[in-house]
Amino acid sequence: MKDDGKKKRIGVFVCHCGVNIAGVVDVEKVAELLKDYPGVEFSTDYVYMCSEPGQQLVLDKIKEDKLDSVIIAACSPTLHEKTFQSAAELAGLNPHQVEIANIREQDSWVHPDRDKATVKAVKIVKSMVEKAIQNEDLEPIKVGVFKKALVIGGGVTGLQAAMDIADQGYEVIVVEKEPSVGGKMIQLSETFPTLDCSQCILTPKMVEVTRHPKIKLMTYSEVESISGFVGNFKVRIKKKPRFVDEDKCKLCNECADVCPQIVPDEYNMGLSFRKAIYMPFPQAVPGTYTLDMESCLGTLPIRCGKCKDVCDAQAIDYDMKEEIIEEEVGAVVVATGYDLYDMKALGEYGGENYEDVLNGLEFERILSASGPTGGKVQRPSDGKVPKNVVFIQCAGSRDPENHNSYCSKICCMYTAKHAMLYKHRVHDGNAIVFYIDVRTGGKNFDEFYQRATDDESILYLRGKVSKIFKEGNKMIVWGVDTLTGQKVEVEADMVVLAMAMTKADGVPELMKKLKISIDGNGWLAEAHPKLRPVESLNQGFYLAGAALGPKDIPEAVAQASAAAAKVGALFAKDELMHAPTIVPVIEELCSGCGICVSMCPYGARTLNAVRKVIEVNEVLCEGCGACAAACPAGAAQQLNQSDSQIFSMVKAILRG
Amino acid sequence: MRVKLKIGENEKKFINRVNELTGDNVYRCYQCGRCSASCPMAQEMDLLPNQIIRKVQMGQEEDIIGSKTLTLCASCFACQGRCPKGIDIAAVCEAIRHLLEPKGKDFWGPDDVQPELAKELPQQVLVAVYKKFAK
Repeated sequence: MKDDGKKKRIGVFVCHCGVNIAGVVDVEKVAELLKDYPGVEFSTDYVYMCSEPGQQLVLDKIKEDKLDSVIIAACSPTLHEKTFQSAAELAGLNPHQVEIANIREQDSWVHPDRDKATVKAVKIVKSMVEKAIQNEDLEPIKVGVFKKALVIGGGVTGLQAAMDIADQGYEVIVVEKEPSVGGKMIQLSETFPTLDCSQCILTPKMVEVTRHPKIKLMTYSEVESISGFVGNFKVRIKKKPRFVDEDKCKLCNECADVCPQIVPDEYNMGLSFRKAIYMPFPQAVPGTYTLDMESCLGTLPIRCGKCKDVCDAQAIDYDMKEEIIEEEVGAVVVATGYDLYDMKALGEYGGENYEDVLNGLEFERILSASGPTGGKVQRPSDGKVPKNVVFIQCAGSRDPENHNSYCSKICCMYTAKHAMLYKHRVHDGNAIVFYIDVRTGGKNFDEFYQRATDDESILYLRGKVSKIFKEGNKMIVWGVDTLTGQKVEVEADMVVLAMAMTKADGVPELMKKLKISIDGNGWLAEAHPKLRPVESLNQGFYLAGAALGPKDIPEAVAQASAAAAKVGALFAKDELMHAPTIVPVIEELCSGCGICVSMCPYGARTLNAVRKVIEVNEVLCEGCGACAAACPAGAAQQLNQSDSQIFSMVKAILRG
Repeated sequence: MRVKLKIGENEKKFINRVNELTGDNVYRCYQCGRCSASCPMAQEMDLLPNQIIRKVQMGQEEDIIGSKTLTLCASCFACQGRCPKGIDIAAVCEAIRHLLEPKGKDFWGPDDVQPELAKELPQQVLVAVYKKFAK
């Protein structure tokens, strides 16, 4: 407890908030009753305390009455605490001497009885006076910033974020786990609603990123761990061995020509094959071959070793080892993307068993000029051109009982695109779409969908398909048209399932390492869904793209730029100010039991085994108070929220 | 009962003929149902106007043949006037009636009109109706 014999001079300002507070609480009475409370020097009420004249009133009174602490009895501190702290600062008062007594959300809004609500308001304000009596001046903790960013994920979101940060003049490291950047977008054929060729618009960005002097690209690499705090992170990146020297590789393909090992090609969604030594696709960045050791027959001459023999450039090195690279960065952008929901989960549609039941990405590859059929629509089972194609929307989406409760957002548009592109290539074919709603919100989106129905005569049937089975070489689709009330059966040559978007593989594990919270569906959780959409609650981490939830390319790109702007704002400062309301340790009381270490969600507390006391990293501490509540000895006391302050507040409330 | 949905040669011929006669494309209809909501005769119909369009989209000519809707349509154009895609549904009904005529699917002649009603109705109306639905 602060006990320097100096009596505090506290000012109390009670806000009417129009009728929001004054309609229920007798604000004048509250101000009047507080006048004689010990410690209170001045007390008044005003109609809108947050207004310019309201703030001026506070400012003037601080100077006039030499107040050393103020209580604003108004709305929640989340709204205007900062407003009044800065007003107080202008008057020369330490901002940590400003307290907000919430008599709106916690009183007038939830109580109808005027008398009782007024009594409660008085108690709330008195308790804050008690707290203020013991408040001390606090100065923000200053930390330096390492002006280099890490971007996790090399899809369109990650690349855009990297470019936008680098263009602001800061260094960026992009970490991508696959052998090439490009993500899911590079697999798409054409993009809605403009039908731009996906590769044509993405490959220039990929090349730009490799050439940018401020960007360091690390493909075939994964983030192993991140420690530290905002502005000062230490990152360990695992660089997987490619067994091919990127700089020496001449892309002659001779290694792949001689490689005897054939495995499904990931880029073509397993619809074609690649060799164990391969380049994912012709425009891959970096342009180099990669030896996939899991598929390799063996590097010893007795087993195989053919690729090394034929490589004139001597780029192949079987002794390449996994490397751990350490980097220091100040901010991290997480752009880990999405995956498609597994067709196995929808057994009734048979995607797992029938070759001619495809997911959306597989069909993208079939439509793509760089795909397994060179863009000709042929069905996988026998290569025939399918004349009747059924498209099924909401496969795994909007099904809270069995699959995912959310709408995957992009499927309505890409299904319209699929059906349209199919009709462009197979003029006499029939495209039938089963849907439960068509959701085409977005610029030029509904027009695109109407183009599909108007110009291409695509039949949209309203109803969810119950099952798909094979009869001869046809796929029989059982569905319904709820608009005419008919159960229908369609003989299809091929079926395309608009599978739900889902969290990317390995994301929950990675987020656990980064201490970024995820929601029930595995999507990354933003700090505020409306006002802080690209920030994580964990400071210094910014989020963008489909990792946050289903979204299309323009939205993902916009988020990438937004995250880059946030990183830029962080790097524009030479020092960061960290809130000083932390929980230090009173070493004389600390027994070094370590309970607080396990309670701390930010990793701010460590046990000094030699001195047997807890040490606190001031910058990591967010002042949540978990340790203060847990400490059996009372050695963890939060600044301006000590046990002694809390007891005084409780007493004030109980006394009335 | 499960209906086999087939859009083969015959179905396409039917759909294309309706499109030709109306100068429109039935697939433009996205089944909002505003025509049915607007139709003053809808409560008497066995297939709602939007369902007629849907059945054309699905090539289900047989289902339309027996429908009362075609005779109940008074060509008042409330449907067309309100259709967000500007589809002339009355014209679609007219086109279907025209297509069904050679198939012996006529609807209405002088014998079908009750004598009392025939007395009350203006001659012009009866002639127009006989012409529209002539045997």
